[in-house]
Amino acid sequence: MPAEFTRAQVEAIAALAHLELDASEVEMFARQLGDILAYADQVQQVDTSGVTPTEYGVGQHSADRPDRVVPSLPIDDVLGNAPDSERPRTGGGFFKVPRVLG
Amino acid sequence: MNTPATLAETREAVVSGARSAVEVCREALGRIEAADPSLHAFHTVTAERALARAAEIDANRIRFRTAPLAGIPVGLKDNICTNGVRTTASSRILETFVPPYDATVVTRLHAAGAVLVGKTNCDEFAMGSSTENSAFGPSRNPWAADRIPGGSSGGSAVAVAAGMTPLSLGSETGGSIRQPAAMCGVFGLKPTYGRVSRYGLLAFGSSLDQIGPITRTARDAAIALGVIAGADPADSTASHEAVPDYAAGLTGETRGLRIGVPSRLLETGVDADILHAVRTAIDTLRERGAVVVDIELPHAKYAIPVYYLVATAEASSNLARYDGVRYGLRDAQTELGAMYSRTRERGFGAEVKRRIMLGTYVLSAGYYDAYYLKAQRVRTLILRDYAQAFERVDVIAMPTSPIPPFKLGERASDPLQMYLADIFTVSANLAGLPAVSVPCGFTTDRLPIGLQLTGRAFDEGTILRTADAYERDSEWWKQAPPIATR
Repeated sequence: MPAEFTRAQVEAIAALAHLELDASEVEMFARQLGDILAYADQVQQVDTSGVTPTEYGVGQHSADRPDRVVPSLPIDDVLGNAPDSERPRTGGGFFKVPRVLG
Repeated sequence: MNTPATLAETREAVVSGARSAVEVCREALGRIEAADPSLHAFHTVTAERALARAAEIDANRIRFRTAPLAGIPVGLKDNICTNGVRTTASSRILETFVPPYDATVVTRLHAAGAVLVGKTNCDEFAMGSSTENSAFGPSRNPWAADRIPGGSSGGSAVAVAAGMTPLSLGSETGGSIRQPAAMCGVFGLKPTYGRVSRYGLLAFGSSLDQIGPITRTARDAAIALGVIAGADPADSTASHEAVPDYAAGLTGETRGLRIGVPSRLLETGVDADILHAVRTAIDTLRERGAVVVDIELPHAKYAIPVYYLVATAEASSNLARYDGVRYGLRDAQTELGAMYSRTRERGFGAEVKRRIMLGTYVLSAGYYDAYYLKAQRVRTLILRDYAQAFERVDVIAMPTSPIPPFKLGERASDPLQMYLADIFTVSANLAGLPAVSVPCGFTTDRLPIGLQLTGRAFDEGTILRTADAYERDSEWWKQAPPIATR
């Protein structure tokens, strides 16, 4: 675990998280993430051999329900929040995004 | 003007006809108008809708005669979806988001006769302990306007403390209901994981998140919990465990109740006034017949690192949905990847980015086992500590916050210092246990102090009964800041 992250490391994490950080943020996070992880590293002192990991504090309840078709939200209401969308005359609707393939 | 009325008093006045729901609603809106410019508890005030709903309740008094929240004005944390009412999570990325549906808690409040008066300020995506991470400016503490109200449900706590609403809903991932309740001198309840449906709550840490009430008293929180708790087909984590009549369980009985105090945990880092107030409160319960037992929570000191590894991992995954495609902000770009990255860069504030970065790192290849999985194993040990303690005691008592509300800006540049103040609250979230914060005094600077009581899973009844019993022998909950009675 690095005490301080390099700019390249911070940029690599940012790329994984789809964040385009500016230069001052890269510098700030290099320092802060190092500090926080150095602190968090104390979990390594705990002997956890044979201890199973906990995902949920209180047991997950089996919550099956019948697989019935029920009305979903109106398409216009849902697309109403979209930055860009289209309702073709042929029916249905979709969210629009910038071109993916060249 | 007197101390603001409780939820129970207000409901009684509406049901008996002593006051109309419209009159109660106008008073709440009036208080918001008078005090909110200086406190900033609310992002959005739904005055017109609220008055229309109040009029509907007045017009149907017979139907609402048995409604548990008839005519009660409610503030909702702005990360809880409201159909047709803007829900921002205090983030630029959702600045214009208007949900097309209500969260389950909203539907239940509505059916119980509550009147939604607005959406309250919080830290961005509920990430923070001071509301300073709100993209739209911090809330201020009604007891000292130059200080933080706590967070992340700061606006919800301010609304109740300043007498704007007798009930607010907040949400918790690591103390975000209890800590602001303590810092504002009001009552806060984090229910057991799964006690309340989270359908319509903007997700932060899915194994930790829970919605709960902020009120003036334990009785008011008991009434509100009875309304919002219970199974929900729209949330598979909402438990089918039966919902008891919490208010009926408030008998004042504390004889033989076993209260555990983790003395060793309280030895370092707790403000002297807070420690004194909490010890005095425990003595009050002892005088009522409770038995005080010293307990050990040996892994509690690891709760903060475990919490910030687990919660950030879950957050980085939950916040992946904010990508400029289906709702919220979009940075216009010709290439999809650039659109995602620019949108998220512009839309998220520093703390949210910091947590997404941390979570992405601890989940990334090569670090998953060392951080995320390791944290989950230590989480198991924290759970075991509680299980062992609850074999000997019924309730665990400690401070809610180790420090009183600090001045705005004082800790903003040091995120780690900010995280450390969550030491007494995060364990209950990691273990999924219910916990309350009840007012138990003031510092010498007249800043509120909260006593925290943690209970067994799905045993909200015992901590509410203990807190209610304490309120019967204390006057702290009756105190209101000058701005609430002006």
